[in-house]
Amino acid sequence: MHNLKAIYIIWYREVLRYLRNRSRLVGSFGMPILFLFIFGSGLSPAMGGLTQGIASASPMAPKGADIDFVMFIFPGIIGMNVLMGSMMSGISIVWDREFGFLKEILVAPINRTAVAIGKTLGGSTTGVIQGLLLLVLAPLIGVSISAGMVVKLVPLLFLISFSITSLGVLIAARMKSTEGFQMIMQFILMPMIFLSGALFPMRDLPTWMNFLVKVNPVTYAIDPLRKIIFEAQGLPEFVLEMLPQAGLGVTLFGHAVTMQEDIAIIALFGAVMIALAVWMFNIQD
Amino acid sequence: MRKIGSGREAEPPSLLRRVMAIIEVKNLTRKFGDLVAVDDVSFTVEEGEIFGFLGPNGAGKTTTINVLCTLLRPTSGEAWLNGYHVVRDQAKVRRSIGLVFQEPSLDDQLTAEENLNFHAILYDVPAGARAKRMEKVLKMVELYDRRKDSIKTFSGGMKRRLEIARGLMHYPRVLFLDEPTLGLDPQTRNLIWEYILQLREREGITIFLTTQYMGEAEHADRIAIIDYGKIVALDTPDNLRGSVGGDIITVKTTDDRLAAQEISQRFGFQVSEGQNGLHFEVQKGEEFIPRLVSESSVEILSVNLRRPTLDDVFLKFTGRRIRDEELSAKDQWKERMKSRHRGRGHGRGHP
Repeated sequence: MHNLKAIYIIWYREVLRYLRNRSRLVGSFGMPILFLFIFGSGLSPAMGGLTQGIASASPMAPKGADIDFVMFIFPGIIGMNVLMGSMMSGISIVWDREFGFLKEILVAPINRTAVAIGKTLGGSTTGVIQGLLLLVLAPLIGVSISAGMVVKLVPLLFLISFSITSLGVLIAARMKSTEGFQMIMQFILMPMIFLSGALFPMRDLPTWMNFLVKVNPVTYAIDPLRKIIFEAQGLPEFVLEMLPQAGLGVTLFGHAVTMQEDIAIIALFGAVMIALAVWMFNIQD
Repeated sequence: MRKIGSGREAEPPSLLRRVMAIIEVKNLTRKFGDLVAVDDVSFTVEEGEIFGFLGPNGAGKTTTINVLCTLLRPTSGEAWLNGYHVVRDQAKVRRSIGLVFQEPSLDDQLTAEENLNFHAILYDVPAGARAKRMEKVLKMVELYDRRKDSIKTFSGGMKRRLEIARGLMHYPRVLFLDEPTLGLDPQTRNLIWEYILQLREREGITIFLTTQYMGEAEHADRIAIIDYGKIVALDTPDNLRGSVGGDIITVKTTDDRLAAQEISQRFGFQVSEGQNGLHFEVQKGEEFIPRLVSESSVEILSVNLRRPTLDDVFLKFTGRRIRDEELSAKDQWKERMKSRHRGRGHGRGHP
């Protein structure tokens, strides 16, 4: 009971800090706007319709049933934003350590497991908010939003965010200074985003890269996001079915990965991460 | 659900709990690799006492506190706090103590009230008692009017006071203060001490503090002088001063070398040469000065007599002084960074 209260208050502090930090809220729009409107709009004409090659092969292909590049990267950008927010929340333990606040938590008569879980739930919550906020950009790029889509997105975003925050907590558990932040961004987070199919279709990739994309857990986080958002766009059934062929969905050993499989993979990854994070956090000097 | 506080009155007899002094430390050693930070230290602290750890930076003060508050495991030796073992009974030890760390440890994005509330829930202070307790501790450190304000707007001294208030939220038996006034200006320092002394009177709480300031150690009931991880002396400030021997006389002459030789030969005193002249200890110094002046063949420029201070005690036991100006360059830098972190000023909360 006491530990549940501790989890609650640690979660509450995390959310309060996030909501109070206006610059972080506003700042979380910066990258997505650059990617959608500059990178996306710039590449869109060159890329053309992403499902066109296959669509034109079908005699029934109606006009306007295609997915352009900006619409394609939108779910990826949401995923990227959630990833960055979650990772920052997890790593913020290092800030707490640097500014002394972590000591206040560690010396309290509570379980360290409660500390790690409270922190992770806090990061997951802010991750969901950070992901949902981007939906306000959807009308600007011609993506329509439905209530059903949002209802499906929330638990998925939470799951993704929980996994990545756990990874952040795991990294931060033994990290003594903020100097390693940059390195983690460059060598862990950015590669995970770039190798996830968030920013380009996974079609005709070099073998080595194809391998890295398939073993990257983030790939299975972006895929269901894309499925949910595309499904809500009123695209014809056959376009949705072709997504894996067009490299807009994940295929594993010739099998198109389903939504349930995506979720199972990301949940497994999350479970392993939180277990490791809790274990690392419990090691005492 | 366990309630804090209720444990004190109606606790079932436990095999783990021993009847003993509030803090008992036996042969405690803590190493970091090859470095022995705390070296076979033993002492006890009685309930209601203000107990001071005096020593320079790196002497092992904070390491000892970290072991006692369960943040570090001892390499060897044992310690009990409030009857609970610091390794085997960590949760109970943690409930028994309040801590004010050397470095600030408030969340500056939250308000004073939110910081205290966070603490109260972590320590499981019953919801019904929370508001009252908060009011009491905040009024005590004169920050009640500022309770809704963000910590960002607080001065260094105000933060320190709030940390003391926070450390008291859960009715601890022992309050640890690790360098409570480091980096604060003298005025704020005095103010903090006012609260600490008040606290002992009103709450009957045991206070364990570390300091490198002699003047501050004077407030303690008993002082342990610690150097290179070892306790070199432990007694009341009066007894420690008494152990130095006589008065301390400082003499400046036209030829210190010759004078030193003369004083040690003729009077048999041990003379040490310092920046300000020659130092030596004499019983009844005021009677000795006229003799010195009339019998000395070297011209005497000035004579200074003073009663021994804790600084002299420290010098006697360690052969060194720990004055602020003798801190190494690195320590000075560390202190500057700390005071910058903490900000200056000391506002009492009533503009």
